[in-house]
Amino acid sequence: MHMTKKSIAAGALLAVAVLTAGCSNSTTTPAASDTSSAPETNATSTLTVWVDAERADALAQAATDYEAQTGIAVDIVARDNSTLKDDFIQQASSGSGPDIAMGAHDWLGELTTNGVIAPLELGDKASDFLPVALDASTYDGIVYELPYAVENLAMLRNADLVAEPAANFDDMIAKGTAAGVEFPFVVEQGENGNPYHLYPFQTAFGAPVFGRDAAGSYDPTQLTLGDGTAFAQWLYGQGSKGANTISTEITGDIAKEKFTTGQAAFWLTGPWNVKAAVDAGINVAVDAIPSPGSEPAQPFAGVKGFFVNQYSDNKVAANDFLVNYLGTVDVQVALFESGGVLPALTAAADAVSSDPIIAGFKAAGMDAVPMPAIPAMGRVWEFWGIAEASIINGADPDATWAQLTADVQSAIDGS
Amino acid sequence: MTDLRSAPTRSTGMGTLVAKITVLGGLDALAVFLGAVLVSRGDYVIAALVVVGAIVLTVIYLSERLLPAKYMAPGLVFLAIFQVFVIGYTVYIAFTNYSTGHILTQDQAVEALLSQSQRRLPDSPSYSVTVVESNSQLGLLVTAPDGTALLGTADSPLRPVDATFQDGQAVAVEGYTSLRFADLLGRQDEVFSLAVPLADDASAGSLRTLDGRTAYQYTSKLSFDPASETLTDTETGEVYVDGGEGAFVGEDGTEILPGWQVNVGLDNFTRAVSEPSIRGPLVYVTAWTIAFAALSVGIIFALGLLMALLFNDPSMRGRTAYRIVMVLPYAFPAFLGAMVWSGMLSQSFGFINQVVLGGASIPWLTDPTLAKISVLMVNLWLGFPYMFLVATGALQAIPGEVREAARVDGTSRWQMLRHIELPLLLISMAPILIATFAFNFNNFNVIYLVTGGGPRDTGAGIPVGQTDILISLVYKVAFTGQNRDYGLASAFSIIIFIVVAAISVISFRRTKTLEEIS
Repeated sequence: MHMTKKSIAAGALLAVAVLTAGCSNSTTTPAASDTSSAPETNATSTLTVWVDAERADALAQAATDYEAQTGIAVDIVARDNSTLKDDFIQQASSGSGPDIAMGAHDWLGELTTNGVIAPLELGDKASDFLPVALDASTYDGIVYELPYAVENLAMLRNADLVAEPAANFDDMIAKGTAAGVEFPFVVEQGENGNPYHLYPFQTAFGAPVFGRDAAGSYDPTQLTLGDGTAFAQWLYGQGSKGANTISTEITGDIAKEKFTTGQAAFWLTGPWNVKAAVDAGINVAVDAIPSPGSEPAQPFAGVKGFFVNQYSDNKVAANDFLVNYLGTVDVQVALFESGGVLPALTAAADAVSSDPIIAGFKAAGMDAVPMPAIPAMGRVWEFWGIAEASIINGADPDATWAQLTADVQSAIDGS
Repeated sequence: MTDLRSAPTRSTGMGTLVAKITVLGGLDALAVFLGAVLVSRGDYVIAALVVVGAIVLTVIYLSERLLPAKYMAPGLVFLAIFQVFVIGYTVYIAFTNYSTGHILTQDQAVEALLSQSQRRLPDSPSYSVTVVESNSQLGLLVTAPDGTALLGTADSPLRPVDATFQDGQAVAVEGYTSLRFADLLGRQDEVFSLAVPLADDASAGSLRTLDGRTAYQYTSKLSFDPASETLTDTETGEVYVDGGEGAFVGEDGTEILPGWQVNVGLDNFTRAVSEPSIRGPLVYVTAWTIAFAALSVGIIFALGLLMALLFNDPSMRGRTAYRIVMVLPYAFPAFLGAMVWSGMLSQSFGFINQVVLGGASIPWLTDPTLAKISVLMVNLWLGFPYMFLVATGALQAIPGEVREAARVDGTSRWQMLRHIELPLLLISMAPILIATFAFNFNNFNVIYLVTGGGPRDTGAGIPVGQTDILISLVYKVAFTGQNRDYGLASAFSIIIFIVVAAISVISFRRTKTLEEIS
């Protein structure tokens, strides 16, 4: 008898819990309905901003200051960067997404194809941004992203081992070898290759991925990847059947370990790894990337920024927060101080360039080109790294590169 | 019977009744609240489900009959939410074109296309604006570059007005109320969509403000005709019509995205089996999936049983210590185990090659055949302790008299195993073997963490690897790259479900025959 009574209560409790869970699952979280009803209450407006968890702290102060200035509360939500884009795409149109999301400029193709972000208008401020940042934030002639930081690869040098920057790639290997360490030079690869990290060497042989149309946008019909045969031959020469300076066995973790323990003289990497090297006690100098070919080694530039949700009810406040607040020098400098990545605003970038490491990345990024954001680039990534990895591991460079170009072309045509 | 049924009525005390009413009342209040929220959001179906569910639960727990339902209701609710809903939704997605570029509704897609087609006129000036209101209609009070004031609303183009200036900016005009920025926050959609024509001629474009402070001249590259549901390119005159596949299509057949989600019938299933770039990989991935699951069950069972037989022998000393060691891989989190193995099998830096094999360079994870063997071995390491535990239990459950009788009859050890222990074991273990097969058929963790499906099959048109099983292929189709195809991935999931279900049904039939034999 006792059982029956208990089970009534327990069952009812369970049902309540289940119903609550079920409803929040299939429709929307209570927090989301708060946001959507916020404009009706009028008194306070809250902007919800999804940011990469690693940069949430950097933005907290800016959010507080903006609220003090305008009365608009900014709710900074730290999200895992690896799932942020997918969650945003899924939730943007359902009304439960954020008003603003932080992301990388190469998401633009996917975000606009899915129709989840709204155009911005930088107005006269457009010319205040670094040209590469503005270029990257523009998709199909329209600015969709408020650029906030510019990241590009540079050559990290252990200044205790090698005193002077290298003049070119061979000079770098010679200097590194002379330093007597196990690895003169490390670069992150892995069994599936890593074309992002090899791209500066590819451009040194004059072979970008896509050509540009008259308006300056990347043009999926002009695949220039095929011009990279000279690069492929060079890569073969650096691979397992050649000088063995580039290996698919070197993953990101191994490269980091070798450089931070002083076993490597040069490390081709981005600003995100500088802290680890400095913390490990390495005397780090940041140089431009030494070119193995006749042209400068241009890395890809990645531009971090903010997008406005097309289905936000707070688009006016969101535009104001981005363009009139985050796009100002003081805020960009403040964000740099807590984040440590080169600001996208020219004046802010100049203001922080007294830091030799930042100045080094800025100099290395002089020739940087934005990573293409067009959907066709997704097809390139599918085949690119695999082809490079097999060339490094001794596959015939000419045939492999030709196969790569053909595969990418047919994948682009087929989609 | 009568006793049982009447008992609750008699013994239901005041306290219990109050508790029951409180809890059910709380549940119903919550359901009413959720229902109201859902109806206001337009989710009528879910609102109806919540309300009906709450009524059914209330009736079940208030009624004095329906005793079985009282026990089953919570389980059924869980079943509905976590199984029926998920499977139903997957089936639904499999019949849609839900994928990159097709995630919106048609109305949303039109909104996005129109928004993306707004172009600022090249070299046009920026205007500082004050948003003004008259009879709840919004207008823009604009300060032109030459310092004069202009006023316009959505219906009336800009015209010069006499305005009050402050710091060179027009801030107020007679007949209109100026709105402060804080006032705009309550009606942002209105402000954002306000387009004031520059002149009577529409081709001059219109003035819009995105932030309520500055306005720019825009023209729209596309215009939408709600009556015919077509988009027209205002520059070229090309008309885009609904192509029936969830996107607007131009005269020459070019699709413009974003599109929207539509039902595509069996298209995803047809594509899975007919598109050469998918069909080829699908065939050998299916073959490898079945081989992987079957071989995994085989070797895990063999090793688990062997260990169980060895450690079940009373003459063995220190059995307890050995058994604890045996069970360690099972106690170790499988995720961690798989990742550690992946690191240990690395070609030039892995523990196996470097230490165990003294500096050998065996491509454990990058050679197609060796990679298959590697994932099987890791799976064996992860899986055999469980089988060992179950087999030990099953062996110990075989009555000693049966063995005694066999021994008296003079059977050899092998005959005893073959004709007595194994058949008896299989009765209790067959369902576990079937479950292990079904589990390994979808053993995403091991594949994803050890090889990531690699090495890549460079010849295939989709990013598929030599050790990919169906579920990791589904993952790659749905969740990697820039071209997600949730519809196709859901169709694959249903194919997997059918295969696993069919194999399980057949196996359980066989098990029944087994039981009849004994």
